[in-house]
Amino acid sequence: MASTDTAPQAKADDLAGLEAGLDALDAVEIRRTPVREVLVKKVLPPALAVTLVLAVWQVLVSANITDPTKLPAPSAVWDGLADLWLKGTLFDIIWTSVSRGLFGFLLALAIGTPLGLLVARVKFVRAAIGPVLSGLQSLPSVAWVPPAVLWFGLNDAMMYTVILLGAVPSIANGLVSGVDQVPPLFLRAGRTLGATGLKGTWYVVMPAALPGYLAGLKQGWAFSWRSLMAAEIIASSPDLGLGLGQLLENGRNNIDLPGVFLAIILILVVGIAIDLLVFSPVERWVLRNRGLLAQS
Amino acid sequence: MATTLAKAAEGTTAVAAEPAARIEHVSKSFTGPAGTQLVLDDISLDVAPGEFVTLLGASGCGKSTLLNLVAGLDAPSAGSIRTPGGRPALMFQEHALFPWLTAGKNIELALRLRGVPKAERRPEAERLLELVRLGGAYGKRVHELSGGMRQRVALARALAQASDLLLMDEPFAALDAITRDVLHGELTRIWEETNLSVLFVTHNVREAVRLAQRVVLLSSRPGRVAEEWTVDIPQPRRIEDAAVAELSLEITEHLRGEIRRHGQH
Repeated sequence: MASTDTAPQAKADDLAGLEAGLDALDAVEIRRTPVREVLVKKVLPPALAVTLVLAVWQVLVSANITDPTKLPAPSAVWDGLADLWLKGTLFDIIWTSVSRGLFGFLLALAIGTPLGLLVARVKFVRAAIGPVLSGLQSLPSVAWVPPAVLWFGLNDAMMYTVILLGAVPSIANGLVSGVDQVPPLFLRAGRTLGATGLKGTWYVVMPAALPGYLAGLKQGWAFSWRSLMAAEIIASSPDLGLGLGQLLENGRNNIDLPGVFLAIILILVVGIAIDLLVFSPVERWVLRNRGLLAQS
Repeated sequence: MATTLAKAAEGTTAVAAEPAARIEHVSKSFTGPAGTQLVLDDISLDVAPGEFVTLLGASGCGKSTLLNLVAGLDAPSAGSIRTPGGRPALMFQEHALFPWLTAGKNIELALRLRGVPKAERRPEAERLLELVRLGGAYGKRVHELSGGMRQRVALARALAQASDLLLMDEPFAALDAITRDVLHGELTRIWEETNLSVLFVTHNVREAVRLAQRVVLLSSRPGRVAEEWTVDIPQPRRIEDAAVAELSLEITEHLRGEIRRHGQH
């Protein structure tokens, strides 16, 4: 009997006042994390971890615990980097690979999206190629390099073929699982509002599936980058220009261990950087808008 | 529309206005692993224009199924359902607002799907938010709103469909008591201000009596119309009113009787 404090006849004004009070009490406060907290909680730990790895590495080399022909000193790798920088070729090499990777990824996006939508929405297509599509994800994309070389020779078309065969299944599968996880309630709500058929796909299914789709895109990028590196390492040719994969392969041919390490680190850093600079912000933005980002 | 009106006039001897919803001899059965189960059995029910009807029943009476049929989300196994005013608006127990859109944009999507021109959408969305007393919530994300506010935005979105029939499937069941009281008041006010017909499903007897002009009790397994009451307690009512309590008691006895029948064999 908590509500005997008002007059027996609830007047409209009373109702409005009560409602305003409830709204004020129930208001959900959304707090943005301050920059300093982000630095301490998100940036500091990985920076410390990297520093620690470098320190251990340097100690191992300086104390002669490891064989210098098996593990080069960090300083030697650094010298290799400085060398590329001074020659002015560092960014050309990175750009050769990154531009290929991103263009291949965009192609995979353009093919994987309609394909995923088709598999998700058309039962017959799903039954026909769904299992193959998810099976393809477990096939290492390096396996596509030999046939691609035989089909196209040593050129960019071969590279893009390998990227596409690696990334399209990831993107399509991400979209399929995103669509599968759309709450049925949204579909019913959409239908009552008149969003059926293509309108339903555009206004309800696609936006509702966006988080799963983005996860697929992230994975698709990782697969694009991996496939490209495999292609560049195996199929190096002067005609193809010098990318990160060729840099690695050249290091092996010249028995240049610091060069090999440098190439591996660059491949890793570029892959992480694209993920951190492109995909993570988009994903966080989408999740935050929907209130799906855990406040930590 | 004109032909259905003529048909309706032929069918009835009295010159009554065409109902907002006419449910005629509707049955619905589902086929599952345990065989075919009859959920709704020969239901006939009219909702008059501007009328507020609550459908009341225990679990298994198929009241949500009936609402889905009226909403056109599913087809009856037998019988016919006509809603001459076009596709009815439907409100769910969960708010079912789209979390990728703001409160205002959720309403604008309903307007857009109805074919309202772009320039008119924003003012109309703001008018509807004012109607549910959420004038400042246009740019709010769904997760920034409380449960009661979400249901009010959902109501505004349902109203944006400009249907003359509003179907409500236990829309306040998940709210706390005070918020529910307030939303009962709001719904009654909005219903009185517009000429909306409402078909409201609930398992809460007092809620049914608090809101409705007519309470329809469904039996369970299969769902049939068991009993009907006309509620002539003047609005504004409160759920604590003695008259509401008295009628609720009578209806509850019938409901209990319906439930008891299922334990007797």
